[in-house]
Amino acid sequence: MSEIRRADIEDFLYQEASLLDAWRLDEWLALLTDEATYRVPSNDQPQSDPKNALFTIADDIRRIRARVARLKDPHAHAEFPRSRTRRLISNVRILERSPLVVEANFVIYRYRANEDVRTYVGRYRHTLVMRDGALRIQAREAILDSMELASLGTVSFIL
Amino acid sequence: MSASRLVLHEPEQHRFEINRAALVDPAIFREEQERIFERCWLYVGHESEVRAPGDFRTRTVCGRPLLLCRDSKNELRVFLNTCRHRGTIVCREAQGNAERYTCFYHGWTYDRDGRLYAVPGQSAYPPNFDRTQLGLKEPSRVEAYRGFVFLNFDANAVSLREYLGRAAEYIDLVLDQSPSGRMEVILGTQEYDIRANWKLLVENSFDDYHLLTTHATWLDYLKSSGVEVKRPEKGHVLPSHGLGKDLGNGHGTTDNVNFRGRPVAAWIPIYGEAAKPELERIRAELVLRLGAERAKRVADTNRNLLIFPNLVLLDGSSVSVRSFQPLAPDRMRVRAWALGPVEESPLARQVRLDSFLTFYGPGGFATPDDIAALESVQEGLGAYKEVQWSPLTRGMAKEGEQLNTDEAHLRAFWMQWARLMQAA
Repeated sequence: MSEIRRADIEDFLYQEASLLDAWRLDEWLALLTDEATYRVPSNDQPQSDPKNALFTIADDIRRIRARVARLKDPHAHAEFPRSRTRRLISNVRILERSPLVVEANFVIYRYRANEDVRTYVGRYRHTLVMRDGALRIQAREAILDSMELASLGTVSFIL
Repeated sequence: MSASRLVLHEPEQHRFEINRAALVDPAIFREEQERIFERCWLYVGHESEVRAPGDFRTRTVCGRPLLLCRDSKNELRVFLNTCRHRGTIVCREAQGNAERYTCFYHGWTYDRDGRLYAVPGQSAYPPNFDRTQLGLKEPSRVEAYRGFVFLNFDANAVSLREYLGRAAEYIDLVLDQSPSGRMEVILGTQEYDIRANWKLLVENSFDDYHLLTTHATWLDYLKSSGVEVKRPEKGHVLPSHGLGKDLGNGHGTTDNVNFRGRPVAAWIPIYGEAAKPELERIRAELVLRLGAERAKRVADTNRNLLIFPNLVLLDGSSVSVRSFQPLAPDRMRVRAWALGPVEESPLARQVRLDSFLTFYGPGGFATPDDIAALESVQEGLGAYKEVQWSPLTRGMAKEGEQLNTDEAHLRAFWMQWARLMQAA
């Protein structure tokens, strides 16, 4: 396999973002390995471990799948009607090659009925692996920059 | 409209209605600040959040900037975090440890005991300038119950212990999870706003009537993970029996037979096979220490406890301490923490934190739907002049026990609210 370049990572992250923004959640799930994790640390403890710190989200693959099942259900009231989101991803960096750890900055605009935009700013930290010749997500963490969630409210969509 | 007209209570007619203006009107909101928040005991924080001399946390309660800290003798103190000179916030960090607190504006410096330690160019002040009178001010009253620190802005208030009354035994029940009777706030704060009146979160925190509909997807998640969720018995709406209790002074609780998992100590498949022996060990310790009956009480019931007006202890899928500050008639800021026994094993701590996230918090499988409900209510209250009254009468015509899906405990909250709003 030839060396992975930043452009490959960018293509992958853009694809992931487009699936999430389009709520194509089953296709998004297919980007994850069977051991994948998804984490959002508490805003006041951006660098911590869910074993000993309270997170906003700390899913293993079973709970990621349950989260998607929930979000597809119209009884997930927090996302019914669904938020519209638009992710802008930039400053993509390859931090480590083995394992492949990448970071990227994000801005996610979230629109809900009858209210102004909510803007989620932060960085993704993904651990990626090659499976059957394609990049897959082994771990993804979304670390928000805001000091507290405050007016951002909930993280009921996938960050 | 005067507060006395906002809660309509006619017991003989089985009428109990809330005027929706109570949740909307800015004048009512301002009155609440004076009559409720400046007179009741308000939760500040937990003793475990500051441990050594000089440790501090800054926090806003009832609009007041506070410094929760340990003084030079390691006593827990609460100061109003405002410089006696011009009013600047003296300590501007969220947490840390300080030898002294120096106001960055003109350099006035306070020691750990709140005394004014140094004033740059003090000689320019007249002779009557008295540094000993210019220490950091403290709220009128600060008292703690078993690690939970409260303040009161009313110097004439009853003691915290008297104020808590019968609610104290429900705090004790939570703390019985710990072999030493001591729990700690775990690292990580969930802090988020809800675009709704604070009293809606009071109701929501111990109203179990909404569980089946609001949390349908959470129940589905439990079921699909292998938890047995029974069909409600005839005339009931929930899978297990539960009570709603008025504990006096506006406090109240649910008191339910557990059907969901509990880190202390009711294993469910979500916790994983590896955690099973650890939960059995925890339960054995409970039985040994407390006896079979009390152990069952601790491990096999879950309770959502309201300490009037704005503190909730949720002892369900985990233990959460949740307090909320009204910011506007239609907005509040919520702060929530996880609480665990100080001597908890790493594995049990992991289960506790993981279980927390299955239900609670801004990314959980349930809390976001609660918030959606409250925000939807607040939006609906836009029609409060046309649709004026909300009934709160479940269980009212019934003799004997009140269920968690009845509204006796919610009525008790509202009656205390009305009493305080009407008090001279």
